Amino acid sequence: MAEKTTHYYVPEQSPWPFITAISLFLVAFGAANFIQQNSGSGIAANDGTSGSYILALGIAGIVIMMFVWFRDTIKESLANMNSAQMDRSYRMGMMWFIFSEVMFFGAFFGALFYVRILAVPWLGGAGEEAMTHELLWPDFQAMWPLTLTPGGATTEAMPAWGLPFLNTVLLVTSSITLTIAHHALVAGQRNKLLISLFLTLVLGFAFLFFQVEEYVHAYTEMGLTLDAGIYGSTFFMLTGFHGMHVTIGATMLTIMFLRALKGNLTPDNHFAFEASAWYWHFVDVVWLFLFVCVYWL
Amino acid sequence: MGEHHGPMKGIKRWLFATNHKDIGAMYLWFSFIMFLTGGFMAMIIRAELMYPGLQLVDPNFFNQMTTTHGLIMVFGAVMPAFVGLANYMVPMMIGAPDMALPRLNNWSFWILPFAFSLLIIAIIQSFLGIADAPNFGWTFYAPLSTKYGPASTDFFIFSVHMMGISSIMGAVNVIVTIFNLRAPGMTLMKMPLFVWTWLITAFLLIAVMPVLAGAVTMMLTDRHFGTSFFDAAGGGDPVLFQHVFWFFGHPEVYIMILPAFGIVSAIIPTFARKPLFGYASMVYATASIAFLSFLVWAHHMFTVGLPLAGNLFYMYMTMLIAVPTGVKVFNWVATMWKGSMTFEVPMLFSIAFVVLFTIGGFSGLMLAITPVDQQYHDTYFVVAHFHYVLVSGAVFSIVAGVYYWLPKWTGRMYNVGLAKLHFWASLIFVNLLFFPMHFVGLAGMPRRYSDYSLQFADFNWWISIGGFGFGLSQLILLWILIDVCFRKKGESVSDQVWDGAEGLEWTLPSPAPYHSFTTPPVVK
Repeated sequence: MAEKTTHYYVPEQSPWPFITAISLFLVAFGAANFIQQNSGSGIAANDGTSGSYILALGIAGIVIMMFVWFRDTIKESLANMNSAQMDRSYRMGMMWFIFSEVMFFGAFFGALFYVRILAVPWLGGAGEEAMTHELLWPDFQAMWPLTLTPGGATTEAMPAWGLPFLNTVLLVTSSITLTIAHHALVAGQRNKLLISLFLTLVLGFAFLFFQVEEYVHAYTEMGLTLDAGIYGSTFFMLTGFHGMHVTIGATMLTIMFLRALKGNLTPDNHFAFEASAWYWHFVDVVWLFLFVCVYWL
Repeated sequence: MGEHHGPMKGIKRWLFATNHKDIGAMYLWFSFIMFLTGGFMAMIIRAELMYPGLQLVDPNFFNQMTTTHGLIMVFGAVMPAFVGLANYMVPMMIGAPDMALPRLNNWSFWILPFAFSLLIIAIIQSFLGIADAPNFGWTFYAPLSTKYGPASTDFFIFSVHMMGISSIMGAVNVIVTIFNLRAPGMTLMKMPLFVWTWLITAFLLIAVMPVLAGAVTMMLTDRHFGTSFFDAAGGGDPVLFQHVFWFFGHPEVYIMILPAFGIVSAIIPTFARKPLFGYASMVYATASIAFLSFLVWAHHMFTVGLPLAGNLFYMYMTMLIAVPTGVKVFNWVATMWKGSMTFEVPMLFSIAFVVLFTIGGFSGLMLAITPVDQQYHDTYFVVAHFHYVLVSGAVFSIVAGVYYWLPKWTGRMYNVGLAKLHFWASLIFVNLLFFPMHFVGLAGMPRRYSDYSLQFADFNWWISIGGFGFGLSQLILLWILIDVCFRKKGESVSDQVWDGAEGLEWTLPSPAPYHSFTTPPVVK
């Protein structure tokens, strides 16, 4: 397959990245059209249904490309083509990718702290920004969670100690079972690996189930929606992107479970498992910050 | 599966490229095409502004030109050019066969043309009069880009997402390559400065591109899903957009200049025939600039009404950046001091870089002073400042790098006479173009308007002449590149090319073999 030089390893050319780039373009182009055609926001609506088809095609393309691209990589790994150096490259690559994800969440946490600490109090008349308060919304009271916006939208605050706390317990436990699975993998204990990895998956999907429950409850009974002002905006942006990342992490772990069943994760060659585990722990840590900053305090 | 396999044949070599030189070359050509595209928009801007009054385009179209000119130059021309140079040179400089993650590298590149097609479609529609392209300035402040943005804004948002993915993946690749693929003996403090500056640039990219993605995501949800991030009526704040944007935007400025420092630090020692003065201090200065770049973002926002303490903090932090930058300029000059200098084309561009970048640095220092910035803000003085840094800074360094390494890439020497003509024309016109902008800016001419008061007329006529001259001069570069790359003209060069050149890339044949180093060289 690929060329082995005396020292360095260089993988073969592959058509998948290019097709993945096309798929990503279809996702972007399709999503922009889809949103304009369906959001009903009045901004720039264009008619038709083309967006949904293009978007679906793009997503399908990306899923297929991930499958074939990773399949090739796994084949090469099982054929022992990867040097220790290659393995280190993958590891470092994954760590820096996770760092970029941290910064992505950082943007939304930054927005949350900014509105909580500065923008909302200023709207309420504090500090040097008092003129907005006096001229536009003299009756507005600063508070957090912001249940009554200057524009008059109302909502309820999501209590921390119901489902969110249960979800915290689920996710933290799943990180523990995943660590047990990792130790079992390194020790070559197949059954222990499969059981604890399965438990991790159950806990992860249970988290997602309760998250959906919470959203349904927020939308139907609490009036906590995306257009309920900045509290709803930050709430759904942070928990929504977190939920999306849990879904990605759970998908990764599901694939690791299937690969473990096939027996192609070995005690000394299981980079994909470790990468998925790091990702899962990252998602877990983000949740802890969410629980403290969004739900609790 | 022979002993050595070359690239795939025909178009597949490029579409499915995994080779760092092929991908580097594609990045560089893509960037040059974008440079000419964005330059064409600048020509429209300067044609409209040549005389007071409205003569060529309507104000809305004018705004679309300034917006897309900025976006294309920043994200399409300067950034991909540096990524292209990193792809081409970093493996050769550290003794590696290729980038660490070659397939990811292909993906990073090929995302870009698709990302820009989303923006270019909007611009073509605008030229045809069908729909508006983004018209809110390259900084896309809310609510201009949220409540009042045209339909193409959504395509622009996804385009930025794609550019972000491309940049992040490219940066991950550079970092991993540098940390993991260095030849034995190539310790961190022996790395060429271009490698060092790119290592730090890649870190900045990974740290701030996701924040930009967050900013455009909030824009998208504000536009279509009813959120109130940038809407005070819902408890949000339009100024929040500026904070998030500039948290990305200021490190972005250094993303576009740190690799330039690296290029110039490679070229000046070669033609001064002396080692770089103060290598270690250069490394530490680069790291300090990168660190400080996270603490200065609000100097773009001195007029939005930040608390006084905030304005003061950002003023002092900004002025602090002059210290490590000053160290760099001092080191370049000290490298030339008593050197056996010769003035080949890359050196000419590098010396011009040092002088003109310093002018841009000084005007930046003026802008950093809060009370005076409140006068300069959003005037042509700001336009003059960042064009000195980005055109006679970043672009000059890229051109210097191309003239420096082109013989290594192609194995042939380009037409030196034409290249010198390109240099002198660029040098004269770039100053004619941007220097008078300082004066009209200080006199109060605001940026981003298609018309101006009569007292600015004479200067603007000269500025436009400089603009047209600078734009036309770049066609000389286009010709030189076509000549040497496609018409295969020019004399063969030796491996070392320049007689003062040092470093691993000059130990390889010219042009370098397909896999740069198949066995690691040993660095003493």
